[in-house]
Amino acid sequence: MTTAVASYPSRWRAPSIFGSPSRRLAFWALVCAYLVWSLSTLNVDTARILAGLPRAWTILARMVPPDFGRWELLLTGMVESVQIAIAATIIGAVLSIPIGIAAAANLSPRPLYLLARAFIVTGRTFHEVIIAIFFVKLFGFGPVAGLLTLAFSSAIFLGKMLAEDIENMKPGPVEAIRATGASFGQTFFYAVVPQVLVKTLGVLIYRLDSNLRHSTVIGIVGAGGIGQTLSASFSRYDFDFASAILLTIAAMVAFGEWFSDWARRRLR
Amino acid sequence: MSAVSGASAGGAPLLAVAGLTKVYPTGKKALGGVDVVIDRPQLVAVIGSSGAGKSTFIRCINRLVEPTAGSVRLNGEDIVALDRKGLRAARRRIGMIFQEYNLVERLSVMQNVLSGRLGYTGLFASLRYRFPPEDIQAAFALLDRVGLDGYHNQRADALSGGQRQRVGIARALMQRPDLLLLDEPTASLDPKTSRQIMRLVRELVAERQTPAIINIHDVALARAHADRIIGMKDGLIVFDAEASALTDAALTRIYGEEDWSAPHDEDDEAPTPATTMAPVGALS
Amino acid sequence: MTAHQLPQGRTPKRSYPDHWERYSLRERIVQWVWLGGIAIAAAWSVSALDIEWAFFADAHEQAADLISRMWPPRWTYLPRIVQPLIETLHIATLGTMIAIVFALPVAFLAARNTTYNQATWLIGRAMLVLSRSINTVIWGLLFVAIFGPGPVAGICAVAARSVGFIAKLVAEAIEEVDAGQIEAVESTGASTLQVYGVAILPQILPVLIGTSIYRWDINVRESSVLGFVGAGGIGLLLYASINQFAWSQAIVILIAILGIVIISEALSAYVRSRIV
Repeated sequence: MTTAVASYPSRWRAPSIFGSPSRRLAFWALVCAYLVWSLSTLNVDTARILAGLPRAWTILARMVPPDFGRWELLLTGMVESVQIAIAATIIGAVLSIPIGIAAAANLSPRPLYLLARAFIVTGRTFHEVIIAIFFVKLFGFGPVAGLLTLAFSSAIFLGKMLAEDIENMKPGPVEAIRATGASFGQTFFYAVVPQVLVKTLGVLIYRLDSNLRHSTVIGIVGAGGIGQTLSASFSRYDFDFASAILLTIAAMVAFGEWFSDWARRRLR
Repeated sequence: MSAVSGASAGGAPLLAVAGLTKVYPTGKKALGGVDVVIDRPQLVAVIGSSGAGKSTFIRCINRLVEPTAGSVRLNGEDIVALDRKGLRAARRRIGMIFQEYNLVERLSVMQNVLSGRLGYTGLFASLRYRFPPEDIQAAFALLDRVGLDGYHNQRADALSGGQRQRVGIARALMQRPDLLLLDEPTASLDPKTSRQIMRLVRELVAERQTPAIINIHDVALARAHADRIIGMKDGLIVFDAEASALTDAALTRIYGEEDWSAPHDEDDEAPTPATTMAPVGALS
Repeated sequence: MTAHQLPQGRTPKRSYPDHWERYSLRERIVQWVWLGGIAIAAAWSVSALDIEWAFFADAHEQAADLISRMWPPRWTYLPRIVQPLIETLHIATLGTMIAIVFALPVAFLAARNTTYNQATWLIGRAMLVLSRSINTVIWGLLFVAIFGPGPVAGICAVAARSVGFIAKLVAEAIEEVDAGQIEAVESTGASTLQVYGVAILPQILPVLIGTSIYRWDINVRESSVLGFVGAGGIGLLLYASINQFAWSQAIVILIAILGIVIISEALSAYVRSRIV
């Protein structure tokens, strides 16, 4: 008794994530077309680029070894950045409370809620550097502008996080505490705060770390901190000092991130 | 009228609900005029199908849901007419226990139990957890009574469902309430724990001579533990009598046609017979 | 009123404590130490900054003045900024694309289960830290010094920062890959690269794509300011407008930036929701 031998296909293509070979083709074609278009419309001075490569090597060579000779200047700049970051986080945290409560759909009346949300969206869009430029224009060069910049953007970020925490709160415990005859203040502290507090502290620590990073940058536009020192060193071609500053910034940011992870894990 | 409800012996009844109505802005009529009088400490179970208005009824009593019309008199005082301050004072006389326990999970058992005294403690004292020594003693005693001796420093979310509900019961009793409201207290618990909780509630009602209204969907549990049963359907009361008077005919009035004597079989494939609903109306 | 006492006939079994502390002494000391530390840090940081409180007195007037100068926006300026805006988008997109290409190998280096040995793992980790600690704008400074002003510096800056961001998340995904799948492919005698391609890559692809798109949308925002250091894009025009006090021009640029950032965020959220 013989069974008919089926003939099996001898070719097979793996299914692609694009769903069909034609879509995959279309995708890569699109990518190539984009590359062609963008590279042709960009103002690319290829001669300068190619000349840049040996220059890159020279500069990198001059960056090593890093020069920590002017470490007092370095230290002053770093300390200023850290101070800006801490102060801005605290001020931002205080300002974020009304913003967060106003932007919580379950606590705030609708028009106020919409206004607060619109404010948050606008504030978040602009890079800290842009905000810094405005504050520098208004308050002059120096760390005050930096402080205000970061305080403003921290308040917006923290306010958004707070609003989300409040919206995600479990209503059950709030209802239960109200049902015992507690006042608004008591309900807030017994039912709302415990739910929100730990997450809020974690977010605060995260923001402190972010501010530390940002404080190094806004100096470039004159808002104080190590960024100003760095910008100056580049414009004076002090590449070895610049690399010293870069290393210090990297070290500080890495430390800040480690601290942030550690503290937030301790909070659990 | 059965002898269970009705005119009280003298003085204001503990709870007198008259014409309680709730109509939602969408037009849905959750309660269509409910009258209940409780004049003695008793365990009252409210049964009925989903949407019959049981939960709305319970929540209207302490105004977690605002009634559209009617009055709720607790010891003669109409809760519906009270302003915010008066409402708070009234609420602290009513202890409520929830289906989802509604404990503040990050706080310890002791903190949750003590929060029952919030209505009696000032803001700053309560923030610093400075409760009077009698309250602390009462809290320990209550925890012991509900079977959670030694659990006071455990975090609420470390407890099992049944244990959490006991904490909820202790919290409600800390208020030394005149009335207990329980909204489906056993719906999230397994059958054995449900029985334990119901037994505990029944004992506490007798010990403290406090009436309790329980919103419950398990008819068997209601029958086994309640003194009095109120059946609701479509926002109205269709049955209000002693638990022993709950006949199959009454159950049909409350829930619709069903073979009430058949063993409760989860795998029963037989379709429920479509019937015309029994007319709503006469109480037994 | 119900009296709070055990009903008659039941003698109290025992006496209960009437005192309860929320935190033990040790916990309270620790809390005070933290609070004290924060207070000191706060005081130190604010005191050292020379804040001219007089400035704040008329801050609201200044703000009102500024707003009046900005409005109405000078819409005639709009055509002038279209090309730089497009350049900004190119910088973000090309930079992200380059970053993806480099991020993949770095991610494999930085993942404990795919790296060659301890040394290569450390190298991978160091690259991550370096890339992520230095802000895009600072990278921009560096690349402008190397390549001169222009979008190339911007593209390199975006790529340099994004590599670490993408690689870190992809490395975490690689570490969480189902070991069983890797073993199965290895046992067929496949080479390491084949194992990576067949067993690991498909598992991490969603993370790679999602993270890249997320980073792209962040990069649009970052590219808008790269022009301040000369690395191309709309930033240069914005800086110039602000420095010349041309406020009604500046607001046009700001609105344009607002537009592209919001659109890119919406696009990114949409695509990412379709992937997951």
